[in-house]
Amino acid sequence: MCGIAGLIHRGGKSSGIGAEMTAMLQALKHRGPDSTGFAIYGMPDGGELVMRFKVAEQEDLNRGLAIHQQVKERRQQVDRRLTDLGVEIVDAQEATPYAFRYELKFDGDLKLLARHVEDVEGAEILSIGRGLELIKDLGDAQRVAGQYQLEGFRGTHGIGHTRMATESDVDIRSAHPYWAYPYSDIAVVHNGQLTNYWTKRRELERKGHRFVSNCDSELLAVYTADKLENGYSLEDSLRQSIEELDGVFTYLVATADSLGMAKDVMAAKPMVLYESDDTVALASEEIAIRKIFPREIDTFDPYEGEVRVWKT
Amino acid sequence: MEDLNSQVQRSYEMGLHSEQLRGRTQQRFFVPDEAENFVYPDAPDVDFNRRAEFDAAEMTTSEINRKLRSLINEGYGTIVVKNPMARHSLGVGILNRLNLYFEGSLGYFGCGLIDGPNVRISGRVGWSCAENMMAGTVVIEKNAGSQFGAAMRGGDLVCKGQVGARTGIDMKGGTIIVGKSTGAFSGFMMQRGRMVICGDAGPNLGDSMYDGMIFVGGKIASLGVDAVPAELTDADREWLTRKLKMYDLLPPQGVDHFQKIVAGKQLWNYDNLEPAEKKLIL
Repeated sequence: MCGIAGLIHRGGKSSGIGAEMTAMLQALKHRGPDSTGFAIYGMPDGGELVMRFKVAEQEDLNRGLAIHQQVKERRQQVDRRLTDLGVEIVDAQEATPYAFRYELKFDGDLKLLARHVEDVEGAEILSIGRGLELIKDLGDAQRVAGQYQLEGFRGTHGIGHTRMATESDVDIRSAHPYWAYPYSDIAVVHNGQLTNYWTKRRELERKGHRFVSNCDSELLAVYTADKLENGYSLEDSLRQSIEELDGVFTYLVATADSLGMAKDVMAAKPMVLYESDDTVALASEEIAIRKIFPREIDTFDPYEGEVRVWKT
Repeated sequence: MEDLNSQVQRSYEMGLHSEQLRGRTQQRFFVPDEAENFVYPDAPDVDFNRRAEFDAAEMTTSEINRKLRSLINEGYGTIVVKNPMARHSLGVGILNRLNLYFEGSLGYFGCGLIDGPNVRISGRVGWSCAENMMAGTVVIEKNAGSQFGAAMRGGDLVCKGQVGARTGIDMKGGTIIVGKSTGAFSGFMMQRGRMVICGDAGPNLGDSMYDGMIFVGGKIASLGVDAVPAELTDADREWLTRKLKMYDLLPPQGVDHFQKIVAGKQLWNYDNLEPAEKKLIL
């Protein structure tokens, strides 16, 4: 049992998406207290890419003093590799001792950039995008939002996840959302179990896709990346996933200007939807939506096999 | 208005008591006159003319449910709860005669395990509303989530909007009425009772149902294993008309267009079959 939520403001309107998603995900804490993640979309300016990455897991820092020196060295190696690739680091922020936010100027191949960075021991890119900022860590939404200072974040849309670990570890690597490596601005959150995970994973790995965890939800991000690479629209990718993936699942995909959802044919995982002229809000439980709409609203459950996509 | 005896007589005419029940899961669950007249020995005596209301906006789930019990114990027979804010597990386990109004929406497991109250909800309900309901009525003005009326045994459960998947799963008695459409696997493993869907029914309707009846006013996406169409009788039409009228859900064109779905009973007493026989059926 995990909790997922999504929110999109139509007409390109921005709002305090960081605070809104925090409130929604905190209301879903009982569905998954292990970790919380956000994929929120800001208002890009200046054309810089935002790269979120980590060079260690939170728990690694409790394993002696040497790791602190290693974290410093790993970050320096990442910086060197970025410079070698001709990437200009416009701004570098330390969100936590092990996770960083860089603003970059780079027009080259993102896959090449990602490969160079992730070749450094312990380094994992959480997201790259012009609007997307992907933040995930252990603990509930308030803790993670406080740690990464999301309260003041303004943007157009976002998705988020509260995780109850069932089939993989409690660590940042296995937390959601997952970035659809190596595509900028695409992220996925999922509630459910994929029963043909290993079959599909091997299939995608043979095509050259990379997996960083053993979490079945990561498959959805890689699957979406593969479909988009092959010319599918987001909606077509979501529809195809219902045909090709086995198990029980409800998942959300966010891109630079869209939010999509797909629900399996058994409708075994919950999703409540509120749709108005200005806003679309989705969550595993209505109480999360009520945190940002504290009044009577008309909501409903999308049906089995349903796919929906909304634009900002 | 019909008296109880004629209603019982009518239910016999509809064939609700003629099954030869066998198998370890089968037993006589529901006797209408017993359900109508049953009062728990320690149930407080409430006066329906005594009305109380409170605002639940700033209260926790436990505080709201405790407040309800306290008002019932004080003899209030009509209680209005304002701003329930889609909280889970509200109005559960009420084993009393009571008129209960929720002005707003409920979350998961609302009005579960109730036996007797008449509940009206002006908003929506989440998953598993009125699960294991024994008697009384629950009327929802807007939509409902999945597992609506799961394992219910008696009473009327009505949603005037659309309902999610697995409506009436494991239903053992009572009546579920849906004003619009339902999702997949409605009536899954239904054992008794009646379900009325005024709109469309999703895939696998009545899958593995043991008994009971499902009436559908719209399209059926597909029937589940062992669910088969049956003839709509005059008694069915009469019952449907009366029941839908009670809840303002009678379609303008009447009920002649409703389809009736029952158990084919190929899976009947499934546990007594040999493995090879089970394979043949499925």
